[in-house]
Amino acid sequence: MLFIATGAAGAVAVGSVAWPLISQMNPDASTIAAGAPIDVDLSAIGEGVIVTVKWRGKPIFVRHRTKKEIEEAADAPLAQLPDPQTDAQRVKKPEWLVVIGVCTHLGCIPLGHQGEYEGWFCPCHGSVYDTSGRIRKGPAPKNLEVPNYVFASDTKLTIG
Amino acid sequence: MSGHSTYVPKSAIGRWFESRLPIMGLIHSSFVAYPTPRNLNYWWTFGGILSVMLVVQILTGIVLVMHYTPHVDYAFNSVEHIMRDVNWGWMLRYTHANGASMFFVAVYIHMLRGLYYGSYKAPREVLWILGVIIYLLMMATGFMGYVLPWGQMSFWGATVITNLFSAIPLVGESITTWLWGGYSVDNPTLNRFFSLHYLLPFMIAGVVVLHVWALHVVGQNNPDGVEVKNVARDTLPFTPYATIKDGFAMVCFMIFFAWWVFYVPNYLGHADNYIEANPLSTPSHIVPEWYYLPFYAILRAVPSKLGGVMAMFSAILVLCFLPWLDTSRVRSAKYRPVYKVFFWLFVATAVGLGYLGAMPAEGGYVLASRLLAVYYFAFFLVVMPLLGLFETPRAVPASIADAVLKNAHSAKA
Repeated sequence: MLFIATGAAGAVAVGSVAWPLISQMNPDASTIAAGAPIDVDLSAIGEGVIVTVKWRGKPIFVRHRTKKEIEEAADAPLAQLPDPQTDAQRVKKPEWLVVIGVCTHLGCIPLGHQGEYEGWFCPCHGSVYDTSGRIRKGPAPKNLEVPNYVFASDTKLTIG
Repeated sequence: MSGHSTYVPKSAIGRWFESRLPIMGLIHSSFVAYPTPRNLNYWWTFGGILSVMLVVQILTGIVLVMHYTPHVDYAFNSVEHIMRDVNWGWMLRYTHANGASMFFVAVYIHMLRGLYYGSYKAPREVLWILGVIIYLLMMATGFMGYVLPWGQMSFWGATVITNLFSAIPLVGESITTWLWGGYSVDNPTLNRFFSLHYLLPFMIAGVVVLHVWALHVVGQNNPDGVEVKNVARDTLPFTPYATIKDGFAMVCFMIFFAWWVFYVPNYLGHADNYIEANPLSTPSHIVPEWYYLPFYAILRAVPSKLGGVMAMFSAILVLCFLPWLDTSRVRSAKYRPVYKVFFWLFVATAVGLGYLGAMPAEGGYVLASRLLAVYYFAFFLVVMPLLGLFETPRAVPASIADAVLKNAHSAKA
């Protein structure tokens, strides 16, 4: 009886000490606080311009798309996409594309207005994205991720 | 560590101490009287060289920490401060950075020696697996150390490597966040890598003790791969024979090491790491340190993200199963004419993968990586099990003494 009680108490003690030791490595309160939503002023972003803002240590691309870019994104044949998504599923307003600027292959940052589809081109391993941030060619498995965002007003975008 | 000690203290103080803590007897039986096979060649000196390298890295590392600041705002500048302001800082840092490379040079020679002479075979399986664990710890230590200067290659290397874990289904993203301590590689990541980079070398030292202990229980393998049968005929005492031979090899290796430190200290590094880390701009071509390149090539050879990560880790873990994958009754490649050919093909493959890992992942390079990766695994999983069944080995000498004496005769003739 004493053996079992000692063993049980020991197991509980080890478990309750192990968890804080593991959990302390997760993002701390200040990191989470610093990862709160951010606001972007859209009035300063002209048509055809990509603005990069930093959120949670990652670049977020806010792209004010031109008519031509919107059309190209909408006309892309779904059957040819490695990660099929329509342009409408990826934007809330057609003229604004908001994506996390991290290549879904191994985390490099793609370059805007470059590559075959003039969306993005990743210089690391040659992934090509279109004007909707969808993967079209190269080793990346997925489209550029779309973060949570809302249009707080016509000129204010809140990301996060 | 093997058998009881024959050590007899000469002084009264020695006798008094020995009866209370028999450490001198342990040292004597491990490094003085310890019997070593008399046919050992210079490939057997790398164990000693590796011990010296571990000490060099720990000493220079402890000293560098006295001047380094593990914070994203200061780390890069503190390294430049070491290079420009700290007395002898440039030499200490170059020694530490090139020391890591030399450590891997020595460990690769040490591992290939084991592979050639069948040192992993019974009864040395545990000894070999302890070695694989040391190698894994070395890789983790080297990777985290490379992150500390907080240059562009540090940052993006850390990003790519930690992203490997995101390939794990379901829990991948949580694990990556846990490793980072945030939403990307940032200050918490640098802090914990620094902490672990300081810890792991001492863990390596601990496993090295087990490695040497296991070695002294089963005894050393030797170029002929036959066990010691008669201690008097087949072996020589560690001191002076092995001590002086190891010492000579260490001096030669240190000259080689010094050449890198003093003549081409940045050759093995990457110019991009002299640019401070910038989370918003990726260098055009990310490459890991040279000693990881073969595994990086295997990672990129597989077209799927998860598949690539699994192939890369398997390439190291497969080493643990070598003692059971090799079915040959003969240990040394000296008496295995066919294995010898496959062995050198394997060495060429590993070097080839290293070259491909440094090249961009496009076109012909990818195809070549795939072919070489297939042979890398085939060597362990197909060649080794089958060769033991089909190969006809040459006649193995009856004892180490016979092998040595036969050589002596043929040299005279």
